[in-house]
Amino acid sequence: MRDRLTKFFASRWGIVLVGAIIGILGPLLQKLGNPPNMGICVACFERDIAGALGLHRANVVQYIRPEIIGFVLGSTIAALTFREFKARAGSAPIVRFVLGAFAMIGALAFLGCPWRANFRLAGGDLNAIPGLIGLIIGIGIGVWFLRSGYSLGRSQKTYPAVGWIFPILMIGLLLLLVFRPVFGEGAPIFFSEKGPGSLHAPVLVSLGIGLLIGFLAQRTRFCTMGAVRDVILMRDVHLLSGLLALLAAAFATNLVLGQFKLGYAGQPIAHSNLLWNVLGMVLAGLAYALAGGCPGRQLFLSGEGDGDSAVFVLGMITGAAFAHNFSLAAKADTVADGVVQMGGLTPFGMTAVVLGIVVCLTIGFTMRQKTA
Amino acid sequence: MTVIVDARGLSCPQPVILAQNAIASGDYPIEVMVDTVTSRENVRRMAEKQGCKVEIIQQGDEFKLVLAK
Repeated sequence: MRDRLTKFFASRWGIVLVGAIIGILGPLLQKLGNPPNMGICVACFERDIAGALGLHRANVVQYIRPEIIGFVLGSTIAALTFREFKARAGSAPIVRFVLGAFAMIGALAFLGCPWRANFRLAGGDLNAIPGLIGLIIGIGIGVWFLRSGYSLGRSQKTYPAVGWIFPILMIGLLLLLVFRPVFGEGAPIFFSEKGPGSLHAPVLVSLGIGLLIGFLAQRTRFCTMGAVRDVILMRDVHLLSGLLALLAAAFATNLVLGQFKLGYAGQPIAHSNLLWNVLGMVLAGLAYALAGGCPGRQLFLSGEGDGDSAVFVLGMITGAAFAHNFSLAAKADTVADGVVQMGGLTPFGMTAVVLGIVVCLTIGFTMRQKTA
Repeated sequence: MTVIVDARGLSCPQPVILAQNAIASGDYPIEVMVDTVTSRENVRRMAEKQGCKVEIIQQGDEFKLVLAK
């Protein structure tokens, strides 16, 4: 039974089915309270967690998102069930931390991870297209580095306890969400009273859907970065078929739920500054490619015992804190009296994106093994 | 002579790239060592697409894939 399930999940139908399930659940989460065109956004949700913990003080984006907790723990459950839980670590963790931080800065310049880019497109937000083009360019650069011998080196098998650290951290987050302790006057835990952070589906629904997606994604290795990378690298459309299923299912679900609104300007939690939508995602895509997985995949890997992916996630959360503390994150378009005020990046944000691209290129150029 | 590709501990997609390079060099059989199911499946899929016969041997919690034409 277990082997047959493993075979099914590894098949084309397996990944298409899982992509479609995620595509339906994302817009459904919006219907149930999650922010518009943000059914699930790994980058945004990690940013919200950083805010809830007080690592940044942008009071509109603070919430402990149960989806993230569910992704990790769902993956842990799947890995244990199918005997794939394997503690491993030690492949250039500091580099993965830096990549995670800049991946987040890039994602917040666009306002979304690849998952959200697809959910935004499926909701009619055409700004997602330059974002996705940027993503493809970034991953393309990453593939070039991979072809020319880029490697962060081997990870080592290690004590099972190492692999448990990140899942246990998630259980800790869950406890903070349930008990909502206040650590002092004006101190965390923070929960937004307005803005995207205040919009959320019921906790148990979010957690349940997170667990389900975490389980399924661990089985199928669903990865939005890998989807693009494998096509460029080896003309393999396996993962891409899952991503396209997500996009199609999300589009159909949005139509059914009346959540589809076509256009550029004034889209929810998005800005229409073309250049920085592209460049933000070039940076993010390059960082994901160099780290070997999109933000979602890094969570699933963390759940199955990969300590290096966990460091990438911690880098992302730290990057989110910097992004909001240093005004690097993009401002969304706003609509006042029917007039659209274009959002975008501050000069600090633009500098950070360019700096991030330079750092990632340097990592790509300097960390190559001589190929025999 | 058997070509040995040790891709243990390498993260995705490096095992696939190393196996691809070995296939491109044209010497068989090729033994690819990997330590995760993900890498096993990725290498298997790529090799089968390239027309190789793939035999998978489990060694503890690691895998050896033997690729032949």
